[in-house]
Amino acid sequence: MQHEILQDAALVTNYIHGDEGALEILITRHKQKIYSFIYSKVYDRDITEDIFQDTFIKVIRTLKRGSYNEEGKFLPWVMRIAHNLVIDHFRKNNRMPKFDNSGEFSIFSVLSDSTLNAEKQIIKDQVETDVRRLVDELPEDQKEVLLMRIYNDMSFKEISDKTGVSINTALGRMRYALINLRKIIEKHNIVLTN
Amino acid sequence: MAKLYTNDSIEKLNNLKPKEETVNFLLNYSKALSVINCNKMKFEALLN
Repeated sequence: MQHEILQDAALVTNYIHGDEGALEILITRHKQKIYSFIYSKVYDRDITEDIFQDTFIKVIRTLKRGSYNEEGKFLPWVMRIAHNLVIDHFRKNNRMPKFDNSGEFSIFSVLSDSTLNAEKQIIKDQVETDVRRLVDELPEDQKEVLLMRIYNDMSFKEISDKTGVSINTALGRMRYALINLRKIIEKHNIVLTN
Repeated sequence: MAKLYTNDSIEKLNNLKPKEETVNFLLNYSKALSVINCNKMKFEALLN
């Protein structure tokens, strides 16, 4: 035990004096203990990896800046840094809760994305184009009423004012427009659902 | 009913190690980092 502490201290001194290999030995020697310690607190491999990395970045910077006080306690010192970073991690996560999706419960089973995926978007575009083409096939008077009612969201009163026909005529044209559309759809077996 | 004792999780904890890339990153970071002393001030420089 004493031997190892001395060795750590010697390695730290060597590292401070420019021996990069000393750091490699130190990391190799203690990585498992430090990594396991972090993992035992956070239980997530990716987060453990991040905290492990941040721990050693702090270690490297402190050693290179010459701010390290060698008291023969390299490992406890590194553990303390890791511990503080674990606390920082939990503090940060309390402020911004994160849902871990690795367990049995999947947050995406209750949350859904309302935007369409690429495939559904393409289907939707196709359906809309098909409908527009069918509408273009209608007689001009019916098409006019249908466009005003469905696409411009106008009332039959407004349509009658604009086209100069009675409301009943506009209603009739709308009715025939829909009947004709259905006929064409049925006749050609067009599927307009996504 | 007999109680079940398991050492699985403890064993698992003992086999944990950081990824090779993480260690390599740290070693490279250490090589790239140099601290410049200038009138009692310290500057860190990452030189690749």
